[in-house]
Formats: sequence, structure tokens, C-alpha cells
Amino acid sequence: MSAPFSWIKPHTWGVEIVPAGAFIDPSRAVDKALVTHGHADHARGGHGETIATPETLAIMELRYRTGASDDEGAIPHKAVPVEYGETIRLAGGVDATYIPAGHVLGSAQILLEHAGERVVITGDYKRRADPTCAPFEVTPCDVFITEATFGLPVFTHPPIADEMGKLLSALEANPEGSVLVGAYALGKAQRVIAELRAAGHHAPIYLHGAMEKMCRLYEEHGVELGELRLVADHSKEDMAGAIIVAPPSAMSATWSRRLPSPVTAMASGWMRVRGRARQRGVELPLIISDHADWNELTDTIGQVNPAETWITHGREEALLRWCELNQRRARALALVGREEEDD
Amino acid sequence: MKAFATLLDTLVYTTSRNRKLALIAEYLRETPDPDRGWALGALTGELDFPAVKSSTIRNLMKDRVDPVLWTLSRDFVGDTAETASLLWPQDTDPQDDPPSVSEVIDLLSGLNRNTAPKELPKLLDRLDANGRFALIKLATGGMRIGVSARLAKTAFSQAFDVSVEEVEEYWHALEPPYTELFQWAADGADPPDVSNRPMFRPFMLAHPLEETKVNLKDYAAEWKWDGIRVQLVRVGGETRLYSRSGDDISVTFPELLDVLPIDAVLDGELLVRGTSQGGEAGGAASFNALQQRLGRKTVSKKMLAQAPAFVRLYDALILEGQDLREREWQRRRDTLESIVPKLPDSHFDLSALVEARDFDHLAEIREGARDDAIEGLMLKRRDAPYIAGRKVGLWYKWKRDPLLIDCVLMYAQRGSGKRSSFYSDYTFGCWDGDPDQGAELLPVGKAYSGFTDAELKKIDKLVRQTTLNRFGPVREVERTLVFEVAFDSVHSSKRHKSGLAMRFPRIHRIRWDKPVHEADRIEALRALVRG
Repeated sequence: MSAPFSWIKPHTWGVEIVPAGAFIDPSRAVDKALVTHGHADHARGGHGETIATPETLAIMELRYRTGASDDEGAIPHKAVPVEYGETIRLAGGVDATYIPAGHVLGSAQILLEHAGERVVITGDYKRRADPTCAPFEVTPCDVFITEATFGLPVFTHPPIADEMGKLLSALEANPEGSVLVGAYALGKAQRVIAELRAAGHHAPIYLHGAMEKMCRLYEEHGVELGELRLVADHSKEDMAGAIIVAPPSAMSATWSRRLPSPVTAMASGWMRVRGRARQRGVELPLIISDHADWNELTDTIGQVNPAETWITHGREEALLRWCELNQRRARALALVGREEEDD
Repeated sequence: MKAFATLLDTLVYTTSRNRKLALIAEYLRETPDPDRGWALGALTGELDFPAVKSSTIRNLMKDRVDPVLWTLSRDFVGDTAETASLLWPQDTDPQDDPPSVSEVIDLLSGLNRNTAPKELPKLLDRLDANGRFALIKLATGGMRIGVSARLAKTAFSQAFDVSVEEVEEYWHALEPPYTELFQWAADGADPPDVSNRPMFRPFMLAHPLEETKVNLKDYAAEWKWDGIRVQLVRVGGETRLYSRSGDDISVTFPELLDVLPIDAVLDGELLVRGTSQGGEAGGAASFNALQQRLGRKTVSKKMLAQAPAFVRLYDALILEGQDLREREWQRRRDTLESIVPKLPDSHFDLSALVEARDFDHLAEIREGARDDAIEGLMLKRRDAPYIAGRKVGLWYKWKRDPLLIDCVLMYAQRGSGKRSSFYSDYTFGCWDGDPDQGAELLPVGKAYSGFTDAELKKIDKLVRQTTLNRFGPVREVERTLVFEVAFDSVHSSKRHKSGLAMRFPRIHRIRWDKPVHEADRIEALRALVRG
């Protein structure tokens, strides 16, 4: 047997499982891919075979069949569904188990076992309760490959109830107008809507056309979102006093002119920092993230208690420093091509 | 402190001026004394706690956060106060309630450099992240939240439905927490007594004359000078100079501070002496020369010798303790004429009246005025008292007809407030030669007014359709649109590539019809330079 963990090989474009000839979340097309969740920076199309949870596969199918990508070859050639808790045997004697990551619908950590060594790759994850997906499960392992999107101690996400309170009082203060919430089309938007319902807001919520299908997909998977309407089907007057949800990339000035004097809100972990919010012209920052904040990242490393921590994408420097201060072995993998902006 | 912290946090994200005013006004109405007064002092930048510096905060953090993590965080956030507020170890079960604003002020005022590092942590422990941000901003000064002193005062006047001019008048004589100001505005007490302070009195302002004609029996005419409006105040031997907005600009013009021999409040135009033109009233340089002296904190001897300032007086508000503002203009003018001979002519002269047979004759005189220091005429109602602000029918300004030139739209920038979704600020240029022979456009000015909302929409659409490049909020556009630009004057300027700078440029007409190669050349603009 070769050096410990040499069967796992990080590249800038994905993590290779050498004996299986497979890759985790590769950003280029490969023969065999294990995909953690449906966000475009983890789940690209065009692989020969895609192994993911049924929800993630459904999301990928929706995105790549409905013109979200222009890539003709983007439809997964062969889709292999794996349920949470299910283990599949890959080539070369590698077992892969999909475990909930709590990030978005269908998101998974992947536990890899080979030659008596256990490696967990988290994909993206969070520890907070989320009515739209299964909660993160702590899985003991030797190597813990963690994300670090919010890997700076300034990032502490407040309880989501606080942020919903902010959103609802802004709506109350602007009864003739509206509140436009920028939220990533997969995951964040549905979570915000579900949390609004849980907070007792049952009025119709208006959607930008780009997120309609994803909301329907969530509903088909049992996530209740209440009455949703499309902005395009309604007049300014209809939308007075309403919440409107749109992807951040679609929140252009020209598009939002059709809304009744909107207050611009953004649901994102980056909203913790005033400068980030102001840069984007946000009037109502909502600190809501589907990623682990600093305390969740460090607590999780403590709970998983691995022999080694590998840090993938995000602000790995600070998390490396934390590991150093806490006498934990760690290294940064510097995967490229991972987005940060709208998370 | 919670309400103040929420106010600050909300103001940070609010771009609309009206929303800012409403937020501050609501806070001032709902917060008790003296908290609201201290908050107002903080917003207007009048509080100072020398014991707490940005370095005090950095040192506190050094003891609590790993230096590497601090630096990484500070670099990402970009603001020391904010980083510290986020990284301060949150006390999940604070022993004491959050402090009130006045409690914070009391504690901060009592600090010195030795006690600050011991006392500040106790305060920080009692607050949440927003509260800590507010506390650190308050203690280290410099809010930088996009609220000017003027905006805060306007919010005060809106909160209690009093005139902003009156607020200005008392403001400069009072100090935080402005208890007397709140008693007067909110509780109907007598206004504060401010007679013994060298303070600013709000100016009487003029409306544009537009289409009106006035009878010269009722109105006196004066030249309108192209300088800066100032108020010179001397009380008990102490002299101050205020700008139009009520800012104390005494340090910028030290030569005017010990030359007024009597206690008085005088209204006039500040000009600098120059040789570029004579003019019948004598010896003023162009505005361009005056501009060299504006905004300076220290003034060199050379500057004082080259461009000495003087005040051309046109009104007297208070003279030797007597308030003349209730009196009609003619009586104030008589008083002014009687005192000007007693003032040193090196630093003062009288703004002469313009005599005309009738209005048409006056129009002729206005057309004939060639002095570069003259911007036009002022018409003042002879029986009007001196009333702060802009009251219709009392004073008119009648500017010289603007100069016009055809320019080409080159860049557009997004506006602010209700125009924030529109490209409403336009940079335009003139040709540096024959456009048919490959000449290029050089920017000559920028304007954001003079068009209707409908025209704005149309230009905005054109900008979006013809964008060549984007630079943040600015778009470079294809050269397709001609503006007829109006401006008051044009001067040589080293700051611009074209070598020219316009005064008060605004869009006069949009020439949708005109081909861009027929726009004017730089030479045409240069020929209009005077002085």
C-alpha cells in the first residue's frame, strides 16, 4: 500500500478518486463524476456518468434541459441515483456513501472508504435548520475535506428569525411599495419563501420568471411554498405591499422599474459586511446563508475530529490559521472556479 | 443605544434623501432628551473624544483576537470599527443592560488615555454587534454614513415642523445635547437666546426673475457679483466669516478677521483683487482667481499677497447690537451706506446700485455689462425686511443670458436618489479639429439638469443601447447625440484635457436632429473665455 490517502488526489478543477477513475464535483467534463449538489459551480453537465442524490439529479436535469446552459452535451449521459445513507461500490474497491449536508435540496457530503481509510468531502454545507432540506450529519473520518466560503471570524450568521423579522417590518413600513429580495435561484429563494411562511406570512409571493421552475421542483419534492405568482403576469398595483423574489443577477435597474417602489433586499451571508451590501446597492441586507459560518466551520472540525483537514474553496487562509492555533493538521487545496458571490 | 445603533445601521444602507430625513426625524421625535441631542451632535460631527483613537480600538483587539485573523478580517471588511464590532467576543449573557446614548457619552467624556483601554471593554461587552459599531464610530468620530450636517438639521426641522433657517440660526450658538433647541422646537418653549455669540444668521435668498417684469419704483437694482456670498459677523470684538451654507470659513480668509472696527453682521460678496479686469466698481478678479483660495486650511503669505480678499457689502443685518432685519431694505441700505466710509477700503467696498429709467433701460444695461465679475443683476424690493430663505417676490436674481454651445454626449453616469436607475449625468465634448478629417472629441463639461423626465427616459434608453464600455457606474457611449449646452462662463483650466472649464453647464436643448459632426469645436468654446 502506498502513502496514506494517496488514493485521493486534489486538482484545481476537482478531487480525483484515483482507483475509481472518478472525480468529485469536477468543473470539466469527465467520464465519471460524483456530484455533491446542484449548484452550477459543483454540478456541470456533460459527464459520461453522474452519481448524485435523486434530488440533485432532478435539479441538474431541469437546469440542463431547460436552457440554463447552452451546452448541448450538458444532459447527463447516465444518471446514477444514490439515496442518503446508501453506499455504492466504485471501481478499485472504493465505497461512497451520500450523507445530508444541509446546504440545499438534495445536497450531500460524500464519505469515501478505501483500504481502511475514511475521507469525507463536504461539498457546501451548513448547520442551521432549513425547512427545505435534510440536516447535516456529523460523520467521523480521517480526512475531512471542508469548504470555507465564510472562513473568516467576522462571518457569524444571525438566527434566521431575526432576518425574517427585518424583512417583514420593512414590508410593513412600505405598504404601498414592495420589497424585492435578491436570492440565489436554487436553494436560497425557496428557503427564504419557506421561512416567510413559517413566520406567518401567507400572502402571495411574486417571482422573477427565472426561478419559477426551481420552485415547482421543490414543491414536487414536498417543500411547501404557499401561493407563488409571476411578476410578469401582474401589474404594479397588484404587487403593492408584496414580497418579490428574484435572482441577484436579474435585479437590474430596468427590470425592477416594473415593481411598485421597491426596497432592495439581498439574502446572502456576505451581507454581514456593510461595504459588500453598499457596493451592490442593497438597502436591506438580510444575512442569510446556506453555508456554514465561522463558528459552524470550526465547531464542525472539532466534532468530526479528523486526523487531517483539507480546505477547499473560500477563505482558506483564516481557517488554516485556526487549525494551526488549535494544533490541527491542515492544508489548503485551492480549488478554482468556485463562485462566491451570490451564496 | 439600541435605537441609535439601528438608526445608524439603516442610514448606512439608505440612498434616498427623503428616506434618510424621515428616519432621522422619526428618531428625534421618539427618543427622549438628552439622548436625541447627543445623537444629533454625533450625526453633525460635533462630538469629539480625544481619549479614544482608532489605535485604541486596534490595541484592544490585539488582546482578544489572533493578529493574523485580525489582519485577514480587517483587510476583507475594510473598516476598523466594523471589523472590531464583528470580532469582539460576544457576551451571550451580559450582566448589565445596554447603555443609553447619554450614559455612553458621560463615560466617554470622562476617559483619558490610561482609563480608555479599561473602560471601553466594559461598554462593548454590554452591546451587540450593531451597538458596538455605533459605539466605536461615536467614540472615534467620523461617522461617514452619508449624512451631512445640513441634512441632519433639515431632519430636525421636519421632525418638529419648524423652519430650517431658524434651526440654523440657533444651531451655531448651542452645543450638544442642544437641550434648549429641543425645548423650543418640541415643547414650545421660548427660542434660545443667542445674541452674544458670533454666530451665523441664515441668508435671505433670491428667486430667478424668469418672465417677470418689475417696477423700479418698488425694486432697487444692484449688480450680481461672481464671487461667493459671505456673512461677516463681529460680536464683542470676535470676528467670524461664514459661507452661504453657514460653514465657518474664517481660517481660509484670515485677512478679513481683524479689519472690521464695529460689532455687526454684514452680508456681501467675497471677491479677490486682481488686475484681469477693472470694471466700474473696480478691481475684482474673475471667479477663477477666487477659486484658488477656496477650501484652504492654511493660507501662504504669497497667496495673501497675490489674491487678497475683500468684501463688497450689500446688506446690514445687525449693527452694534441692534437687529435691523425687521426694517425695510431702503432703511438698511441707508444704514449700510453710512457705515461703509468708516471701514478700511482695503477690505471693504459698497456694492453700487444700478440706476435705470425703467425696466427696459435696465435690461439694456444688463446686456451691456462686460465686467467679468458681474453675473447679472439683483432686484430687491425696497420695502422688504430681511427674511431668511427664499420668499417669492422680495428678491430676484436676473442673470446674464447664458452662453450656448453644441456638444456631443460621450459618457453617462447613473444618478442618485430617484434617478438611481437612470443614466442622468452626462459628460460631453467638443471636436479638437475638423471631425471630417479625423478630429477627436475632448470632454469639456458635465451636466445633470435641464431636461424633462420624459427626455431623461429617452436618453437613458439611448445610453443603454449604444454603450461601448463600462467603468463602474459610468458608461461610454457611441457618439450619436448632440446637446445644446448652456453655461454662464468658461475659463482656462489645467485640470481638464481640453484646457477649459465651464461654470454652471446644463442641458439647454437636446438636438436629436443634429448630426454629431456639426457639433462645435474646441476653438469656438475657447473664443468665449474671458478674463
